[in-house]
Amino acid sequence: MSFKIVVLAKQVPDTRNVGKDAMKADGTVNRAALAAIYNPEDLNALEQAIRLKSKIAGATVHVLTMGPARAAEIIRESMYRGADGGVLLSGREFAGSDTLATSYALACALRKMGKIDVIVCGRQAIDGDTAQVGPQVAEKLGFPQITYAEEIIDCTAKKITVKRRLERGVEIVKGSLPMVITVNSSAPDCRPRHAKLTMKYKRAATLSEKQDAGDDYTNIYNVYPYLNIPEWGVADIEHDIQWLGLSGSPTKVKQIENVVFTAKESKRITASDQEMEDLMKELITNHTIG
Amino acid sequence: MNNLFVYLEIEDGIVSDVSLELLTKGRTLADQLKCQLEAVAAGYQLDKIGECVFPYGVDTLYIADDKRLAPYTTLPHTSLLVNLFKEEKPQIAFMGATSIGRDLGPRVSSALFSGLTADCTSLEIGDYEDKKQGKVYKNLLYQIRPAFGGNIVATIVNPDCRPQMATVREGVMKKEIRSPKLVGKTVKLDVSKYIPDTDFVVEVIERHIEKSKLNIKNSSIIVAGGYGVGSAENFKLLFELANTLGAEVGASRAAVDAGFADHERQIGQTGTTVRPKLYIACGISGQIQHIAGMQESAMIISINNDPKAPINAIADYIITGSIEEVVPKMIKYYKKNSK
Ligand SMILES: Cc1cc2nc3c(=O)[nH]c(=O)nc-3n(C[C@H](O)[C@H](O)[C@H](O)COP(=O)(O)OP(=O)(O)OC[C@H]3O[C@@H](n4cnc5c(N)ncnc54)[C@H](O)[C@@H]3O)c2cc1C
Ligand SMILES: Cc1cc2nc3c(=O)[nH]c(=O)nc-3n(C[C@H](O)[C@H](O)[C@H](O)COP(=O)(O)OP(=O)(O)OC[C@H]3O[C@@H](n4cnc5c(N)ncnc54)[C@H](O)[C@@H]3O)c2cc1C
Repeated sequence: MSFKIVVLAKQVPDTRNVGKDAMKADGTVNRAALAAIYNPEDLNALEQAIRLKSKIAGATVHVLTMGPARAAEIIRESMYRGADGGVLLSGREFAGSDTLATSYALACALRKMGKIDVIVCGRQAIDGDTAQVGPQVAEKLGFPQITYAEEIIDCTAKKITVKRRLERGVEIVKGSLPMVITVNSSAPDCRPRHAKLTMKYKRAATLSEKQDAGDDYTNIYNVYPYLNIPEWGVADIEHDIQWLGLSGSPTKVKQIENVVFTAKESKRITASDQEMEDLMKELITNHTIG
Repeated sequence: MNNLFVYLEIEDGIVSDVSLELLTKGRTLADQLKCQLEAVAAGYQLDKIGECVFPYGVDTLYIADDKRLAPYTTLPHTSLLVNLFKEEKPQIAFMGATSIGRDLGPRVSSALFSGLTADCTSLEIGDYEDKKQGKVYKNLLYQIRPAFGGNIVATIVNPDCRPQMATVREGVMKKEIRSPKLVGKTVKLDVSKYIPDTDFVVEVIERHIEKSKLNIKNSSIIVAGGYGVGSAENFKLLFELANTLGAEVGASRAAVDAGFADHERQIGQTGTTVRPKLYIACGISGQIQHIAGMQESAMIISINNDPKAPINAIADYIITGSIEEVVPKMIKYYKKNSK
């Protein structure tokens, strides 16, 4: 029995470690100054996918990522940890996508990947921070969805049982396949790279990476076809151009502000008994406390 | 037609705070746009919902009452909204940025091809000029939200597609009834007309939802501790100060991560947003993600041994000193001077 699991993973700027040079003078983000990383919750998703694969005979895990050429790193990183392969969806036509246009493009690529049983994605990406792409991909494909997943508890050929972590509790739900699942950061961390797999897939590359490197390893890629990472552009997916990129994005960014705080007038106080007592008296008199 | 809709989140027959906050905001915006405020309730045994929401100024309440609609599952609630919105063509629709709203919102927006803006911190009405097309749009919804881990704030608009959809976190907007005497119209929906049976494919097997015990959000004074408090033991000092002042204790993420305080006390972008009368920040440096959740406090006191701590930029009183020294003195002099 074949059982196809696809993980959606995004390469993101590391917004958790933003330095001084991360913002340009005009208030836009200087992406070049930020390290590009595997979106953290997508790693949680990958882990769930690999665990699921290990429980189902004949199951495979593939990763789909949409992004610039360098996002091929996401696919290699996934293969080092146990994915069987992946696809990079890349092209200028996808630039400027909001979450709807992103989901449309991903859904077109997923359709081309054949019959899929489970799609696992992260709950949220740390740059756009919307958590919208998972549910929108599900809607575009007509799949049901289970969001905020912490653990895939059970999966048969027809049904999947998942534990969800909500703001104020947990829920265990069961639904029929195919299904889209979005995974929370409260799920187990992803396993590290596997030494053997890292050796095996080190040279895995997309066509443009091979061309850029200028190396002539043609031989290797012919002998080991699994080292070829498929790179799809718009021409490779069945699509309607009006739903892609800017024209497929109902939301428009009107304005972006770099967050700067304006100093207000403040009063400096030392920890001396006198000043502390004066402060408490002042707060009591003006009814802030008491 | 062309009204402003709010999706009501309901747990055990009670409308959640975030929905009431959205109704409050929605009422103000609807007045500005001269349109009606409408609410949708989907669940089971919803007879009391009207009493609860009409005081917020709801003109029309749509009710879909069916045993299968509670607890919430994605597809039936999605179909209800999608089909109702196709008929009613709202110009704006709001839902909570909760595990329900963020499950439902994207699905509905995808089905209607209407844009959705996540986690808005402010919603305003204004005009928008599309310079490329030389077109001016009047009275659009400005959806203002942080992104990039809180490092930027973006204003997003939805010029052409309707409804303009947005989610907002609990505690971000104020909750205020318009008048206890208001009564709007109730419309009972025929559930089978809006939701196909095939939507009930996900079944909830088990559910443990706790009522949130802690109520930092509604506390008028908050004593918040950061990594600089140093230990869970030292946090007891903050609890003592909080007890003395009738306050709640909050924490920064670094303090939560270090195990000094429970996660439910976390304040900030990934915690609770608060706007108390007084916020006492103890050993908190004031990183953007923390400030995002407390900058609207009416008064801020910062206690920090670093006179240059970033939080000082937004503080009304800056006390330079250690927690161990300052907090006991505050307790002592409060007790001495209050009757
Ligand atoms: C400042 C700013 C604000 C924005 N606000 C909005 C907004 O309010 N509404 C809106 O519609 N768009 C918005 N966008 C656009 C949005 O960030 C992009 O469309 C982005 O491509 C996808 O959204 P996300 O990063 O929020 O992903 P999320 O929806 O948070 O991602 C969820 C999951 O989907 C999968 N996924 C997402 N993107 C990809 C990808 N490229 N390849 C593979 N898997 C992927 C991953 O598994 C990920 O964990 C904003 C962009 C910026 C710069
Ligand atoms: C995506 C994302 C989301 C986040 N969400 C949140 C969030 O919701 N809430 C949040 O708080 N953070 C959040 N953070 C983390 C945030 O960036 C900071 O790391 C965190 O707020 C720092 O906490 P702190 O100020 O307690 O610690 P620190 O930055 O370590 O500051 C400690 C302070 O204590 C002072 N100090 C030390 N000893 C003493 C003493 N004895 N007496 C007095 N002062 C002393 C120091 O001078 C310093 O200013 C988030 C980060 C990311 C990337």
